Amino acid sequence: MNAFTELLNGFATAAHPTNLLYAFLGVLLGTAIGVLPGIGPAMTIALLLPLTYSLEPTQAFIMFAGIYYGGMYGGSTTSILLNTPGESASVVTAIEGNKMARRGRAAAALATAAIGSFVAGTIGTLGLALLAPAVVKLAIKMGAPDYFAVMVLAFIAVTTVLGSSKVRGLAALAIGLLIGLIGIDPTSGQQRLTLGIPELADGIDVVVVAVGLFAVGEALWIAAHLRRTPAEIIPVGAARMNREDWRRSWKPWLRGTVIGFPFGAIPAGGAEIPTFLSYVTEKKLTKHPEEFGKGAIEGVAGPEATNNASAAGGLVPLLTLGIPTTATAAVMLGAFQGYGIQPGPRLLQTQPELVWGLVASLFIGNAILLALNLPLAPMWAKLLRIPRPYLYAGILFFASIGAYAANLSTFDLWLLLVLGGLGFAMRRYGLPVVPAIIGIILGPTAEEQMRRALQISDGEVSGLYNTWFSKAVYVVILLVLVVPPLVGWIRNRRRPKDNDVLQHAEKTGD
Amino acid sequence: MAIIVGYVPTAEGAAALEGAIEEAKLRKQRLVVVNSSRGESLVDKRFASGSEWESVEHRLADSGVEHELTQLVDSKDAGDQILKLAHELNAELIVIGLRRRTPVGKLLLGSQAQTILLQADCPVLAVKP
Repeated sequence: MNAFTELLNGFATAAHPTNLLYAFLGVLLGTAIGVLPGIGPAMTIALLLPLTYSLEPTQAFIMFAGIYYGGMYGGSTTSILLNTPGESASVVTAIEGNKMARRGRAAAALATAAIGSFVAGTIGTLGLALLAPAVVKLAIKMGAPDYFAVMVLAFIAVTTVLGSSKVRGLAALAIGLLIGLIGIDPTSGQQRLTLGIPELADGIDVVVVAVGLFAVGEALWIAAHLRRTPAEIIPVGAARMNREDWRRSWKPWLRGTVIGFPFGAIPAGGAEIPTFLSYVTEKKLTKHPEEFGKGAIEGVAGPEATNNASAAGGLVPLLTLGIPTTATAAVMLGAFQGYGIQPGPRLLQTQPELVWGLVASLFIGNAILLALNLPLAPMWAKLLRIPRPYLYAGILFFASIGAYAANLSTFDLWLLLVLGGLGFAMRRYGLPVVPAIIGIILGPTAEEQMRRALQISDGEVSGLYNTWFSKAVYVVILLVLVVPPLVGWIRNRRRPKDNDVLQHAEKTGD
Repeated sequence: MAIIVGYVPTAEGAAALEGAIEEAKLRKQRLVVVNSSRGESLVDKRFASGSEWESVEHRLADSGVEHELTQLVDSKDAGDQILKLAHELNAELIVIGLRRRTPVGKLLLGSQAQTILLQADCPVLAVKP
């Protein structure tokens, strides 16, 4: 019952008016950026990283987590009303959700998405609260080779599971790892890849990298593809459901939660696979198979619950092992490092107020999100009318300020431009951004663990896999390499025509 | 020679369209309906959707006026777009709809109608809904 007392203490922290305000700001901002395609929670948190210089860690993370959850809610609105997924996690929602909206059932689709997200988010957060202490108990026993194995799993999973091409994923990961190497080698003190430039000796600040790849890259990409025929948005009133909708939705919500949470908790590359699995499951189990493909409510309820549950699940490895499974979690890890806090097994002991306050604020944030999204969905949809030049000018402004504030040096601004160019080139040539960002942030930690393991084993390679845990993880890595191609093969056979929707969302990179 | 009407799917746009049809009948001229967007935002409610554009076409077919519909996405503002087209087609008349504007709105935002009224080489008919 220890977890519950801790959680109650967390509520005491989260209910502090200042923290409540930050939670509210976070979910508000999260929903807004979730609605806008191309701007995801990862980019937003990257833009807000400079706030970590002045905010208390607890407040910053309460806000970031609100953004993370809010993005999941907002993404569904765009999917349903516009057929353009706001987030990659909402891609599957668009399949049935937009069809429902076209049949005049937009209000029900929005309602089942919002309430499903609330149910799954709440259960998922409860799962986080219960699971985290258990994982910590396991993680305390983990040694350097075990950590390294788990990080390799995270790299491989993110690389191979996401995106249409494994080669591109690996290339992106390599770019990330390479950028992560820049700076002074912590073990030997030698400068690596600094090209004799003194400013590079400290490595590249994570703010500059994240903002450059996400914000500047995306802004350049949008600038290059600015004019497009405006999409047709389906008008809708406040979201509501009738009795029949409730009856058909509650089971998919619960099933979606069960599917989403474990997928979020293991390093398996975000919400794309579980939402698709949930969709397939609902399609199999439904009593109305004739409605699938024409707007079945189960096809919205399941995947929307899944993506929120996986967002909650994704916080488990982040808080207990310090391993991010999504781009958003990676940027949050960067924020932790900015505070000099290393998320890991000891985080729960050293920063109980932060962790439990964060968890409690997730419950509160979820409730706020439900209240914001049910009646206000049409208002959120109005954000889509913002002319993009204004929007991205604002983003570039914040990006530059953030990059400059990191070290107060103009060198970082040039670096931002170069990385923005890299981000643009990656989008142009279809390289996913997520593996790169995870490589940059997790790479140095993984290297440290690897070298520690090798030092212990005196340079023997077997030192990397001489524990049962690391062996088990390497087996899982093999599975990760084999199973998704099978899933992809089945997916292609089932729904060849949804591929362009999926690919669009991959480019946005969240 | 032609009559050009700037159309938006609002009451003002509908009024402009009706006025333009009347004029086209009187003058026995071809009617060119223009609807444009800068394509900068993801959703532009002044850009006619498929069904709205179809109903415009029906209305024109019913009226029996010789007509042409142009819908485009371009970096130019709608006003400049219409002026350019009027110049190209050597238009006889431009028809636009005027909307109600608040003092603050006038202060902050430009007006496509004003651009057309001031810069057109041909007469402009401004219709209110």
